[in-house]
Amino acid sequence: MKIAIASGKGGTGKTTVSTNLTSLLSEKSAVVLTDLDVEEPNSGLFISGEKICEVDKYKMIPEWEKDECILCGNCQKVCNFNAVMKLSKIIMVFPELCHGCYACSELCPTNSLPMKPKKMGELKHFKSGNLDFIESKLIIGEEQAVPLIKQTLDYVDENFPDKTIKIFDAPPGTSCPVIEATKDADLILLVTEPTPFGLHDLKLAVETMKALKKDIGVIINRFGIGDANVEEYCEENNIPIIAKIPNMRKIAEIYSNGELLYHKIPEVKAQLENIITFISEYQQENTL
Amino acid sequence: MKEIVIISGKGGTGKTSITASFACLGGKDVIVADCDVDAADMHLLMQPDWKKSEDFYSGVLAEIDQEKCIKCGKCADVCRWDAIPVIDNEYIVQPLDCEGCGYCALVCPADAISMDEQNVGKWFLSNVKTGTKMVHAKLGIGAENSGKLVAKVKSEAKALAEKNNKQIILVDGSPGIGCPVVSSLSGASYVVLVTEPSVAGIHDLKRVYELVKKFGIKAGCIINKADINLEKTKDIHAFLKTENIDLISEIPYDENFTKAMTQGKTIVEFDNGKIKQILEDSWKKIKYL
Repeated sequence: MKIAIASGKGGTGKTTVSTNLTSLLSEKSAVVLTDLDVEEPNSGLFISGEKICEVDKYKMIPEWEKDECILCGNCQKVCNFNAVMKLSKIIMVFPELCHGCYACSELCPTNSLPMKPKKMGELKHFKSGNLDFIESKLIIGEEQAVPLIKQTLDYVDENFPDKTIKIFDAPPGTSCPVIEATKDADLILLVTEPTPFGLHDLKLAVETMKALKKDIGVIINRFGIGDANVEEYCEENNIPIIAKIPNMRKIAEIYSNGELLYHKIPEVKAQLENIITFISEYQQENTL
Repeated sequence: MKEIVIISGKGGTGKTSITASFACLGGKDVIVADCDVDAADMHLLMQPDWKKSEDFYSGVLAEIDQEKCIKCGKCADVCRWDAIPVIDNEYIVQPLDCEGCGYCALVCPADAISMDEQNVGKWFLSNVKTGTKMVHAKLGIGAENSGKLVAKVKSEAKALAEKNNKQIILVDGSPGIGCPVVSSLSGASYVVLVTEPSVAGIHDLKRVYELVKKFGIKAGCIINKADINLEKTKDIHAFLKTENIDLISEIPYDENFTKAMTQGKTIVEFDNGKIKQILEDSWKKIKYL
């Protein structure tokens, strides 16, 4: 079973929920946490374990070989992303614009643009008892997170059976990286806060997940601050609120040191148990 | 003309609240641009009148004309995104998987595939409560090309500033280090990094600053919630010193930020005490840089 922890707004507590939930689940059964916020992965700051695998991840981009090139310019013509440009005597490739579609390479009449691997990030796999933790980090300057998210998900699929509970810590927002990180998930848990920003971005996230036809639940973090509008919105739209994590300065302080919360704050543990109950009921209902 | 971009790496550090406060303090002198296009929140504090709105088209998606399709499967063979599965004996493009590269259309022997331009969002030009203008946008659900929409918002803001003879453009960026952030940094004169003293805040600050360095833009830093963890605040000081980043200010943890927000206000309109003073001082520093 795959569960994505997502949110429209950044900084609402996705990583806090992902890491604490995974750690608590692992006290009873095997669970895999994958940090898919490859631009700014933070789960690893809260989870420790023995590193059992580290691999570089590559994307394929064309590299110009001038010897046979007849400078026909077909490569530039077929590229939809302006990543290949024909100048008077050379072909220039802009790797950061390339999406790796292979069109220029495979349609080149002289095979002068072979695809070569270019490193875009690193994947690391840690293990601690029942808990497997996987994180990928995008190289700074690489603009496209989606290919790395995709390869990370492939790694998870190849290494763990379907039955295992897999938690994905998703990136913020509603654009393509979020779609990639959530599209294979069975259940999406949206973490929000009870503020106007939280509500506005929650609505965007809900619309996005509806477009993907996903089942969703909402977790309200910093509950008690702000106003009641998030709760009203969820009630009006029949979206289950499955946990309310209280607003406490102490939580912010513990979090700031990179520590998990539920050992120290019983209120947090109680809310995580609500989430676990919701997940196991969902699992039974959907025979996952 | 100066373009000041506010980013943070990590989300939820207070970037938008602080940017909106600067917009209030800058008043008529600044043009505001909300470049966090996939979770734009600035309008909730700026009371825009949504005066002008325009659709934004960018990128293409494949569509197969089933009447022309001869079911040869060449399109599916060349697609690197497995975006063309066979459903009920028909090759159907999955819009959320299609990258818009157009390779399938190039190899289709029946000329059955068209590449259609996509409406990926809207951008707006509004009068706001501070007596100036704001350019903002809304990215379509799950849309790609957020970087291009950011570039559009920025270029419209720049044109406005030139036309109205404004010296400062205030840009609210998005979290992360990917294409929308890269796009908001291009052409910036100064970057304000908003961070918080937590392991995650520092981790993300360091990564986003590495990106800023690639652009060679001068940066300053605001440490929000600075009293949550004094040790980590010291660690941030050390990092700023090593990298020669200006420390603009430290703001204590204060729930009035949220209280102000629930009333649709920025903190400088809500609080008359210490926080307002800190932000006024910060704005003066940034303005005269």
